[in-house]
Amino acid sequence: MAQNFGRVDYLMALPIILLTLFALGILLLDLMLPAHWKKINALTALAGILFSAAGVVKIQLALNAAGVPGESAFLNSMVVDRFTIYFWYLFLAGAAISILMSVRYLEIEHENHGEFYALLLFSVVGMMCMAAGFDVVLIFIGLELMAISTYVLVGFLRTDRRSNEAALKYLLLGAFSSGIFAYGLSLFYGLTGSTSLLGIRSGLVRLAAAHPYHTDPIAVVALLTTATGLFFKIAAMPFHQWLPDAYEGAPTSVTGFMSVAVKAAAWAMLLRIFLWGLYPLRTVYVALLIFISILTMTGANLAALTQSNLKRLLAYSSIAHVGYMLLGLVALASVAYPAPAFFDGLKGILLYLLVYTFMNLGAFGVIASLRQRNVIGDEMDDIAGLYFRAPTEAVLMLIFLLSLAGIPPLAGFYGKYFIFLSLIESGHYVLASLAVLYAVFGLYYYMRIANQIFMREALDKTPLPISVGMRLALGVSAFATVYIGIFPEQFIRIVNWSLGIAQTPSVASLVR
Amino acid sequence: MHNHILSIILFTPLVGALLLIFVPKEKKDAIRWIANIFALAGLLVSIPLVPWFWAQRFESGFMFMEGTPNNWIPSIGAGYVLGIDGISFLLIMLTTLLGWISILSSWTAIENRVKEYYIWFLVLQTGMLGVFMALDFFLFFVFWEAMLVPMYLLIGIWGGPRKLYAAIKFFLYTLLGSVLMLLSVLFLYFYNFHQTGQYTFSIQALYKTAPLIFHDPAYGSTFAILLFLAFFLAFAIKVPMFPFHTWLPDAHVEAPTAGSVILAGVLLKMGTYGFVRFALPFFPDVVMHPKVRGWMIFLSIVGIIYGALVSLMQKDMKKLVAYSSVSHLGFCTLGIFALNAAGLSGSVLQQINHGISTGALFLIVGILYERRHTREISEYGGISNIMPVYATITMIMFLSSMGLPLLNGFVGEFTILQGTFMENWKWAAWAVPGVILAAAYLLWLYQRVFFGTVTNPKNEKLHDLTPRELLTFAPLVIIAFWIGLYPKPFFQILEQPVNQIVYTVRGKDYPGVQAVNASIRPRDEAGNAAAVQTALNQAALNQAKGTK
Repeated sequence: MAQNFGRVDYLMALPIILLTLFALGILLLDLMLPAHWKKINALTALAGILFSAAGVVKIQLALNAAGVPGESAFLNSMVVDRFTIYFWYLFLAGAAISILMSVRYLEIEHENHGEFYALLLFSVVGMMCMAAGFDVVLIFIGLELMAISTYVLVGFLRTDRRSNEAALKYLLLGAFSSGIFAYGLSLFYGLTGSTSLLGIRSGLVRLAAAHPYHTDPIAVVALLTTATGLFFKIAAMPFHQWLPDAYEGAPTSVTGFMSVAVKAAAWAMLLRIFLWGLYPLRTVYVALLIFISILTMTGANLAALTQSNLKRLLAYSSIAHVGYMLLGLVALASVAYPAPAFFDGLKGILLYLLVYTFMNLGAFGVIASLRQRNVIGDEMDDIAGLYFRAPTEAVLMLIFLLSLAGIPPLAGFYGKYFIFLSLIESGHYVLASLAVLYAVFGLYYYMRIANQIFMREALDKTPLPISVGMRLALGVSAFATVYIGIFPEQFIRIVNWSLGIAQTPSVASLVR
Repeated sequence: MHNHILSIILFTPLVGALLLIFVPKEKKDAIRWIANIFALAGLLVSIPLVPWFWAQRFESGFMFMEGTPNNWIPSIGAGYVLGIDGISFLLIMLTTLLGWISILSSWTAIENRVKEYYIWFLVLQTGMLGVFMALDFFLFFVFWEAMLVPMYLLIGIWGGPRKLYAAIKFFLYTLLGSVLMLLSVLFLYFYNFHQTGQYTFSIQALYKTAPLIFHDPAYGSTFAILLFLAFFLAFAIKVPMFPFHTWLPDAHVEAPTAGSVILAGVLLKMGTYGFVRFALPFFPDVVMHPKVRGWMIFLSIVGIIYGALVSLMQKDMKKLVAYSSVSHLGFCTLGIFALNAAGLSGSVLQQINHGISTGALFLIVGILYERRHTREISEYGGISNIMPVYATITMIMFLSSMGLPLLNGFVGEFTILQGTFMENWKWAAWAVPGVILAAAYLLWLYQRVFFGTVTNPKNEKLHDLTPRELLTFAPLVIIAFWIGLYPKPFFQILEQPVNQIVYTVRGKDYPGVQAVNASIRPRDEAGNAAAVQTALNQAALNQAKGTK
């Protein structure tokens, strides 16, 4: 059925197109720039993000003018609703802060090439496709674009063995998981005859109606393989092995980027698939999610206790945070649709991803700034006595750590708050108790870092130089962490707004 | 001013902390002056509260209310709501007083990282005041948790040799209790939504719905007991009740002097305050449940005896005082779970007394430590010959702490024991040895440190109290005598809130609730109840004077 794409289709893809153009532009521009002007690349990338964000604003205005909550494009393979827009902003913010952190870091590493920024933008393009995709093919293409760009970014320090090793591990496991994921999706295609999430959903409903007393075993296999792929991408245990190595080896600014934007994209994809496409199978996957979330929280928190490398510690902590977010999913999938737990669980996940973007990027930013000429700066000893070398950064790091630990009134508290609330509302009291006990574990390993910063003497007493870009990035992250913590109302409203569409798992009304 | 007095008291220390950020850290004296001025200002702005509160002490309910429910985060249902009753009024006055005293006492004790020290101390002050003022559970929880951070840093940076261990133990222990409390209150919040269709953390709203859970067939009494236990864990760790007390000796011994004063004087009271403000009114049927109540009383008595026995054995003065806190706080929880007017008002008064006396005891230990840098009891002896003024003040505070008549400790302990006796004479009988043991460990300590001849040549050159140090003790001594000689105003202030709690918990069938019942009615009928209560206290006093 040959069709012409109309104005609406291109409008909905505008931010993606703009970002792609800028990424290509950087590749060209980089050839013409002399070595000491490489900062222009970073500025171009930031401009690209601004333009892309302006594109999102334009879409929002158009949607408002039309009075619809969302619009589908390209033969329904893509849906731009508030959920999408929320994630797009999140990706762009995460990418912008990461770029600010990268400039000086790359200079120190002597790897200041334009490709870095181009790849970063390409991976954001992939993420935007993942969040907007309503067809498993588009979602998969977005996933691969994001993943392949990230593989290269992880191995960007060509002369560094750790970076190469990390990239290779990440590539192999990532490719493997993508394969499993694609396999699961193909089974769903075989079962339902559709690649659209909506088609899969109605196919599953048909199947369930045909066999009311048991779930089709093929559907279960398809669910398991798809879920395995998704769990790989969000790094839930036991599919997490790639993450600590990749985080440790990657350039620190890339680690920060991966821990927020890449993770948020994986979550956007997971939520789309679980809540839209596979919602009829929710009774099957809730049991799976409970198992995975307990395993993730337990394993990650215990592993984080003994780490002496800062990046590995934060890597395990980020796995632990995935465990909490999965609990939100457990709560929302285990109640019938309009119950309060449904919304609070989803709110918890979305708010968590928002605040996590700022606090975790901030923490990685501080670690990135420890990188000096001859210090790698990711061991516990390197951060010892940071207070005496850079007092402002030390206090900011304390804020990020406390926020990660979920101490009110900092932003990190509210993500946990909604998730705990949704668990209580859905009657998962034991899970909720486990989760809060692991939060105490979390505090312990975060405070180990704080102990080093404030209560030990510095090994190297020279003041730490902090670049302007880094100052800006840390300032923005810290401001957001504190501001969201003290005045969360607007941000909760933004999340509520973005759920305007998620309130109806069936998007039938939306798709033309 | 009347309407915003609580906010002003709450944020004065914080303003000082923010101001200090901009003072260069080399100007140590300027920093000390600014911090002291703001600490004193914090005390001074709370002074007008005294006459204002006094004028309406017989009115029921919360006073000086600020903010409306749900005004802070409407989509959650959290509000910036402040308000006080007699109990929180006394604790707030204690906090502002001890805050000023501890900051004044740090002038020479803290030499490195002065700026940070005062900043964190002032932040801590705001956090503690917020806990006592908040009438919204979300706000309460924010202060409750946020206050841990400065305390953790105070112990961890300026503490003794094992400071890292003590700091993190303190932080983890307290967090462990409070996260389960958060879950419990989330349930109350959700339950309130079920009952009223409204999401709110307003304490006054939760007061109405939380007690219903016990009788709700959908959840039942066991569930209500579990919810109570989550609250219990949070508050019992903070108090600390036996067997949750193990963080306390570590934190106290390692903390700097002023930190110990605040820790013992105010932080521990947050636990007992939590029982009185939340645990009792939220779960009246649970606390009256014979098994639950029996355990609470049992743990309190074990705490009294155990704390006192362990104190007897200590070689380190500060550790001795720390364990004596466990014993004294055992009296406070005993009074709370006596669940009658005498027990509760005695308990709150004893909390104030403990803040005054134990705060002073830590200052006393700190003064010797600052001069000699050791707290080993065996290092001292015959100090009264060298430092007579110091020895006199120490004697007064020791006597106050052990509960000698005419001093504050006696009034509190006596009222608590009286209340306990009214419930079950055996409980009181088991608690009484705590008083005797207190006399034993304190007098023995005094004998070893102050009496005899100077045996250690290092002690010969010690100088007596400086005027600044004397100033830190003066208000404490005055208040100790005041409460000891004329506690009536304190009991009058406590009468309304305590009666209200007893009424909530005991209901109509409690003998004497007639009077209690009347007193929570509008004011014209309250006079009668007030008279009964005052007579009761007077009787206690007369009896006390008789036994002297």
